[in-house]
Order: sequence, then structure tokens, then C-alpha cells
Amino acid sequence: MGKTLVEKIWEKHVVRSIEGGPDVLYIDKHLIHEVTSPQAFAGLEKRGIPVARPQQVVATADHNVPTINQHLPIREELSRKQVEKLIENCANHGIELYGLGHRYQGIVHVIGPELGFTQPGMTIVCGDSHTSTHGAFGSIAFGIGTSEVEMVLATQCLMQSKPKLMRINVEGELAKGVVAKDIILYIIAQISASGATGFFVEYAGSAIRSLSMEGRMTICNMSIEMGARGGLIAPDQTTFDYVQGRTFAPKGEVWDKKLAEWKELYSDADAQFDHEININAADIEPMITWGTNPGLGIGINDAIPTTETLSEGEKRNLKKALEYMGLQEGKAIKGMPVQHVFIGSCTNSRIEDLRLVADVVKGRRKNDNVKVMIVPGSQQVAEQVRAEGLDKIFEAAGFEVRQAGCSACLGMNEDKVPAGEYCISTSNRNFEGRQGAGARTLLASPLTAAAAAITGVVTDVRELLG
Amino acid sequence: MQPIRIVHSTFVPLPLEQVDTDQIIPARFLKATTRDGFGKNLFRDWRYEADDETKPKKDFVLNNPLYRGEILVAGKNFGCGSSREHAAWAVLDYGFKVVVSSFFADIFKNNALNNGVLPVQVSEGFLQQIFEQGPDATLTVDLEAQTITIDATGAHEQFEINNYKKTCLLNGYDDIDYLLSMKSEIEAFETARN
Ligand code: SF4
Repeated sequence: MGKTLVEKIWEKHVVRSIEGGPDVLYIDKHLIHEVTSPQAFAGLEKRGIPVARPQQVVATADHNVPTINQHLPIREELSRKQVEKLIENCANHGIELYGLGHRYQGIVHVIGPELGFTQPGMTIVCGDSHTSTHGAFGSIAFGIGTSEVEMVLATQCLMQSKPKLMRINVEGELAKGVVAKDIILYIIAQISASGATGFFVEYAGSAIRSLSMEGRMTICNMSIEMGARGGLIAPDQTTFDYVQGRTFAPKGEVWDKKLAEWKELYSDADAQFDHEININAADIEPMITWGTNPGLGIGINDAIPTTETLSEGEKRNLKKALEYMGLQEGKAIKGMPVQHVFIGSCTNSRIEDLRLVADVVKGRRKNDNVKVMIVPGSQQVAEQVRAEGLDKIFEAAGFEVRQAGCSACLGMNEDKVPAGEYCISTSNRNFEGRQGAGARTLLASPLTAAAAAITGVVTDVRELLG
Repeated sequence: MQPIRIVHSTFVPLPLEQVDTDQIIPARFLKATTRDGFGKNLFRDWRYEADDETKPKKDFVLNNPLYRGEILVAGKNFGCGSSREHAAWAVLDYGFKVVVSSFFADIFKNNALNNGVLPVQVSEGFLQQIFEQGPDATLTVDLEAQTITIDATGAHEQFEINNYKKTCLLNGYDDIDYLLSMKSEIEAFETARN
């Protein structure tokens, strides 16, 4: 019987299989950031042991950093201390840090791929659930907790049980105005926020193949929002072209050797999956969420679902979500006013996302009632934005262009949405309070976010694309 | 890590589904560089009005003196969302040793196990039976036997846990000790693949 892509990669990384327990899995690359690493370093110190393979670790400061005046010391004391702790830990243990002020600084899941640190066939971990993003390159990439960060720092290994495998095939052509974000929001709405728990998901099919690396990253990024341990896409020419020539990408003979290995990374035709789902790309509309988990999404022209036919438990949950969001069941979502638009996060802050936004807003101006914030995913993306003159388009539209970081995706720094106000966000979570206590988040694609910025209300972007 | 064998206690019911990690511990409390003190911010935004500790929300279960104990019982998909281990630290620091749900998010489950908090996954039906109990009802969780019992009715269910993790919890061992003992095996693995 053939093997799945996950099995092929997994088997190459098993150091030991524990009887009746997990596998000891070797980790190729480890990304760290300021929020989930300090307690792990403290643990190492307590045990009196060094970092095992510092050259396989890369660090950045992203979650907690301000997105304006990054050249100044961080004003908020606890945030500053956390970032200083990262600097100290990296210096003590010989870990490369792309901190504030470094031209490679940015959101951990944006810089890994853009630096070529992320490559096909690898095992990659980070103390962050959206590590699944890196699966877009055909790697096994998943988020871990701080105890596990400590394990990987100490031993370059992790204990993991082999996951169940799911394949999601998206076949056909996407309609105009429908992009990668809509595909993944559609999938999560279909299978729910827990529909893939315990699984690794392989995305396949012609609609997935046709996506750029940026689009594939958006899809894999949100795998965790349906509970999956990770998501991945078999590497192909699109992948190889993206990786080649990047800072940490293999060069010369090593490249040739690696490329030959990478070309073997696909699920065999007769490989078995524990579960398989087929989706017709043509069924997907621009999506938007109305509730407080990413599974509560609908097509932009649909009505918010009604709760009548649901079980008691579900009814209670949906009513709670509706109440928090200040929305009513059965009502349309299109036309609803929003006060904020946030374009950023590891889901949608790459250059291609920002180009999509620029296409919509070029020559237009934002609605007076909306505040619009654009936060590029990394310093390199920000540089590219300037090089292409997109910053001029955004400024002329009345958008505020910030410096790289997680920003209002999780509201750890000052970038927050005030209580009770609505924000269309290109990020990945609409949990209660995610963007600030009481904030109400509607998740959507960069195109849909851009359209709302112009009109001030939830809008079907196709009406603006003409 | 504290070993766990038998937990016999009253429980705190939280009959909500999809309790995500941003509710368990909101992001603004993730700025600490130690593992201590997260319990006081557990479910912070459900617990207090306007983020004010002097204004507990009366209808939230942690503010109801009738409910207490070492076991938290919640609806399905508990702990979904971020990988923040701070969520497990907050649950532990508040005083819970066991979390019962009909479904756990993976990363939370791992984080809990790595901190000596036992996630007990039960059927939806059994979960509802627990929710029907009053505030004085007790549950007994026996890790060795892998059972959870509603003491008043005697109703019980078997739960799953992998053998390796079970041994770790029973003895209070953690994975790092195990991995560190494999140093030369790991090095041999590295040499072989290069
Ligand atoms: S952008 Fe948001 S989701 Fe992504 S790593 Fe940062 S906080 Fe997490």
C-alpha cells in the first residue's frame, strides 16, 4: 500500500517509537518568539542544560511589539521586559534573533518562509498554534506548548503520537473575487471549529494546486481553526520556485540533492486516508464570519443562520455568540456598518495579500466612519510595499500603514478594537475579546476587508470589482 | 510535576461548548516570564465586569460559592484556539487537577498532560449526567483504573489515555527527563541521516 505525504515525512523523523505511547520525533527547525519561550528557557536553566542545537532555532519578536515607533524603547513595561528577556535568552544560548530593528523581523510565520528557513519535507515547530502555516511547503509543521518548546530546545526532539490523516480535495475554478481565505473559511464553516481535531489535513485538488505560495500559506495557517494538528500541501514547482534563492535555502549541489528529495514528497495514488472530503471550488462565495469561532462563517450574501432546529447545547452556544456580537439570527450580514478594518496577521499580511487590497482601493478613499489599519507581516514585506508604491495607494485612501507585528490580531500591544465595535479582520480568530475586551470581529479575506474599508459596510467585493 | 492517582472531589460545571484559550486566559495576561499566578486571571473576562476584580459577575460559576472543587467540567471542544500553555497553567494554578469534557482540543490536551492536569474525555451523554448533578455531588477520577464515577449514582465511564502518558502522570515524570536520557540515540540519528 502506498504512503501519504505525512507518513513519508513522519517516518524519516522517528528516532524511537515507544510501545503504547508516542513517537520520539526529530525536529528540523524550531521557531521561537517572546511570549511562549521565557518559561522554557527558565526550565533549561533550572536543569542546568544548554540549548541542544542553537543553529536550528530562529527567534523573532512579534506578538507583543508595538507597530509604531519601533525604533523607540517599548513603552509598556511588561511587554518591554518580555522582549528583553528574549534578547537575553538568545544571546546566552547562541540563537539567531531577528528582533525589533532587524531587517528580517516580523511575524514568525511570515519570516520563516520568506527567509527560506521553511522547506519541504521538514519537521517544524513553534510555540504558536499557527505554525501549521509552514505546512504549505509540504512540511510537518505544528504548534506546541511551552513545555514542548523546552523539550525541543533541550533535545531537538518531541514526543508525538502519529496523527490521523484527512484529505480535503478542492476541485475546480474559483469564482471572481474568491481567494484562498474564502476557501479555508468555507471549509471550516462546513466541518466546524472542531471538525478536524486529532487530524493532520492534506489539502489537494486543482483549486489548491493553482494557488500561489501565499494563498497556500493562508489555507494551511487556519488548519488549527478546525482543530487540526496541522495542514499541508504537497510541494510542486510553485513551491520550489518560491524557495529557491532565499536566504537560508540550500544552494548549489545541496539544492540539486534536496530538490530531488522534495520531488518525492506526495501522497501515493493508493495511499489511505482516515477521512476524505471533496469540495467544489465553484460553490465558494466570498466568506465572512458572524460568530465567535471561525466555524461560524457564511457566504457574504447569506443570512445569519437561525437556531430553531438546533440541539439545546448548540442553541445556547449560538445565542451566546449572537448576543456577544450584537447580531440577530436570520438577518442579512451584507450592508452592516463596521467601524474598523484590520488587514494583517500571519494569515493575510504577505505582499500578495496587500497587492489584492491595493487593487481594490487604488484611486478610492476609505469611508469616513471606518478606521483602517494595515500591518505588513514583516519588515521585508513592508519594504516591498514601499518598493511597489503600495504605501502611496494606502495613504491616499486614508489607511494607516503600520510596522510589522501581530498587532490587532490578538491585541497584546496597543492595537485594539474598542468594546462593542465591529472590525472586519483578515486575521484568523474571532473569539470573544480576541482583538480587545468586548471587540466584535468579522473574519474575511483581504478583498472583502478592502471593500468594507471603502464602503463602511459589509460588502460583496464583486460589486466594486466591476 | 505532581503525581496524580485518584481525584475525589466536588466539581465546577461550565456547560459551554468551544471554550477557547482566549477565554481561559486572555492575551493581555501572557506577558509574564514565569509560570506562576495565572489562576487569578482564569476566565478573566467572564469572571469580572469591566476587567475589575471588585466587580465579580454574579452569574459566572467561579463566582458562585456553591461550586468549588478540583475538577472542572466543560462542554465539548474545550481549550480550542492558541497553543498558549498559560491556559493549562491557569487551570492548574486555580486549583483544578482534572478537566472533564466530551472533547478536547489537541494542543490543550498535551499542555495539560505536560503540567499534571488530567484531561478526562467522556461521552456526551455522561457529560450531561454530570451536569445534572447538584453542587454537592462528587466525582471520583481513578487514573490507574481509567474510570470516572458520579459517586451519588454510581454511574461510571472508562476514559482513554496512552500508556506512556499514564505512567508519567502516575509518577510525576515529565517528557524532558525521558528525552534527555536518549541523548546518544538522538545524536546517532542525526549522524545517520546526514
Ligand atoms: S498574527 Fe495572530 S495568529 Fe499569527 S502568530 Fe501573531 S498572534 Fe498568532
